[in-house]
Amino acid sequence: MAQPEGARVATEPAARVEQELQLYYWMKLIRAFEERVSRLHRQNKIFGGVYSGAGQEAIVAGVCAPLRDGDFVAPLHRDLGVFLVRGVDPGRLMAQLMGKETGLSRGKDSFLHGGDLERGIFGSTSMLGSSLPIAVGAALKFKMKREKNIAVAFFGEGASSRGDVHEAMNFAGVQKLPVLFVCENNRYAYSTPLEKQMAIEDVADRAEAYGFRGHVVSGNDLLAVLEVTERVVAKIRNGEGPALIECKTYRYRGHSEHDAALYRDQEELIEWQSRDPIPGYELFLEKKGHDLKRVREQIDERTQKVVQAAVEYAEQSPFPKPEEALEDLFAPALAAAPKK
Amino acid sequence: MELTYIKAINSALHEEMQRDENVFVMGEDVGELGGAFKATEGLLEAFGEERVIDTPISEALIIGAGIGAAVLGMRPVLEMQFADFISCAFDQIVNSAATLRYRHGGRAQCPIVVRAPSGAGIHGALFHSQNPEAWFTRVPGLKVVAPATAYDAKGLLKSAIRDNNPVIYFEHKRLYRSVKENLPEGDFTVPIGVAELRKEGADLSVITYGGTLAPALDAAKIVEKEDRLSVEVLDLRTLLPLDREAILATARKTGKVLIVHEDRLTGGIGGEVAAIICEHAFEYLDAPVRRLAALDTHTAFSPPLEEVILPNTNKIVDAIRNLAAY
Repeated sequence: MAQPEGARVATEPAARVEQELQLYYWMKLIRAFEERVSRLHRQNKIFGGVYSGAGQEAIVAGVCAPLRDGDFVAPLHRDLGVFLVRGVDPGRLMAQLMGKETGLSRGKDSFLHGGDLERGIFGSTSMLGSSLPIAVGAALKFKMKREKNIAVAFFGEGASSRGDVHEAMNFAGVQKLPVLFVCENNRYAYSTPLEKQMAIEDVADRAEAYGFRGHVVSGNDLLAVLEVTERVVAKIRNGEGPALIECKTYRYRGHSEHDAALYRDQEELIEWQSRDPIPGYELFLEKKGHDLKRVREQIDERTQKVVQAAVEYAEQSPFPKPEEALEDLFAPALAAAPKK
Repeated sequence: MELTYIKAINSALHEEMQRDENVFVMGEDVGELGGAFKATEGLLEAFGEERVIDTPISEALIIGAGIGAAVLGMRPVLEMQFADFISCAFDQIVNSAATLRYRHGGRAQCPIVVRAPSGAGIHGALFHSQNPEAWFTRVPGLKVVAPATAYDAKGLLKSAIRDNNPVIYFEHKRLYRSVKENLPEGDFTVPIGVAELRKEGADLSVITYGGTLAPALDAAKIVEKEDRLSVEVLDLRTLLPLDREAILATARKTGKVLIVHEDRLTGGIGGEVAAIICEHAFEYLDAPVRRLAALDTHTAFSPPLEEVILPNTNKIVDAIRNLAAY
C-alpha cells in the first residue's frame, strides 16, 4: 500500500514499516467492515446469521500476516477478517453476506460458508470444529507432494469440546503434518462460559497430549500474536510438525447479531474493551515514531471508502435467478487428465 | 481372468493408483493388514505408506482429511472398516462434503470415494450388518453406488475414483468371496447412474441391487421353471442418481413390479423407486407396486432371528407368486 503521510522515517527496512501500517490497516478495515455489517443487518439488508469478530481482529491479522500464497486457511464463523486479509475483494465479500449472485457462493449459502479456494480459504460449515480434520487433510496433501505450504485451522474454545478437534489434532501429531491450530478463546460458547466447557484453564495444554507444542498468547495484542505465529509457522514450514496457538480474547457482541448477550456481566465486557487490540497497537505505532493522528485519519478515510464501495457493489449486484437453486451441486463428470 | 468381488475391488485400487499418482487410500488397518477384508492387500508394498495411510480409529478424521486433500486436487479413497461405522463420519459426509461445491458457488470440487463394506447374512449382528445407504440417497451433492457383481465392483470403483464428486461406494460383504467372475483384461469402467437389465422377462419385474440381486435371479429361475412365469430383473447398481428411464421402462413393459432390497423397508430406496413408478407409469400398472425388504427392526444376531428379518430366495419366490396372481 502507499505509505500514508505521517508514516515514520525509519532506519529499518521499508518493508518493516510497511508491514506495521498494513497490519494497522487490516485491523481497522475489519472493524469498519464488521461495524457496517452490523448496521446493514439492523437495516435488514443482510439477513440470516451474522457473527461479529469485533474485539478479535488482532488474531486474524497477526496469524494471517506471515502466511503465503498457497497456504490453506479454514477460518471460523467470526473470522470475516481472514477473507479481507487474504485478498478477497471486499465487494464480493459484502455481496456474499447479502446473498447476491456476485458473492462467493453465488447466493447459495450465508455469511462465511462460501469459501474462496483460489485464495486458500475453505468455507467452513456451521458444525464447529469440523474444519479441523479438513485442514489436516490439506496439510497431508502438502506433505505428500513435498510442498512448502502449511494449513491453518481457526477454532473457538467452544469447538474444542467436539470430537472432530480431538481426531484432527491426534492424527496431525501422529503424522507430523504442517498444520497450525489457532484457538480463539473468547470465553463463551454462545452463552456457555468457559468454566462449564472445560475443567482446565488453557486449551493449549491439550497440545502436549497430541505430541506437539501449545502456546498461549494474548489475542488482543497484535504484536504478541504476530511474534509467536511467525516463530511457529517457520518451524511448521520447516517440517517440524503441528503446533497450537491459543489466543485469549473476548467477543464484544453477542454470539450473533440477534443475541443481546444478557448472560454476561457488563463489567467483564468493559474490562475487556479496555484491552482493545486497536488502541493497544496505536500506542506501539506512536512509540515507533509514526504521527498517529495523521496515519489514523488517512487509514480511516481509506477503510470507509473501501467499505462504502463494497456496500455499493453488493447493493447493485443482482440476486441469483430462481433456476440457479439446482446449479453447482455437481462438478462436471469428466476427471482431469491423470498425471503419470 | 477369474476374480472374486473383493479381488475386483483390490485390482481397481491397484490400477487406479498406478494410473493416477493423486489417488491414495486411507483408513483403519488398510496398510500392513491390507484391510479387515483384504480389499487393500498389496497396496502398501506397491505404493508405500505415503499413499496407503493407516489411521487411528477416527472416522470423522478419515473423511474430513480426505475432503481437505481432495479440494487441493487429490483423489482419496477412504475406507470405513464397516459401513456401520459411517455414522461416526456422517457430518463430514453430508455437511462438509455434499455441500462443498454448492456453498463455494461452483468454484470447488470434492472428489472423494468412501468405501463402505455393508450388508448382512454373515452373523454380523447389529453393528456389522447394516445397510445404511438410505441415509445418503436423499443428500444432494452425493452419488451412491452399490455393485452386485465383480465386474461392476471393479468398473464402478474406477468410475467413482475418476468422478469429481463425493461417491459413497457400498460393497456387500457377503459377496466378497461368494461372487466370482471372469473379468476382461485391461481398463474398463461402469458408468454411474446406469442400471443394468440382468434378465429379460415379460410377466413381472424385480428391481433390486447389491446383496439381493443373486437371490432375485435364483427366485426368477425357480418361478420360471415351476410356475412358467417370465420375470425381468433390473439391477439398479447406482442408488443416487437413480436410473429413472430403466426403472420406468421395465415397469411399463411388465406392468407388475416387485422391489427387493436388504435395507429395511421403511425409508428404504424402494419407496422412492415405487413413487417414481406410480407417478410416471401408473397407467401401465396391472398391480400395486410391492416391496420386499428387511423387517423394520435391527439385524438381530441369533440365526432364527436373522433369518426372519432378512429377505432371501424363498421369500422373493413367494412375493413374486403373490404379485403374479394379483
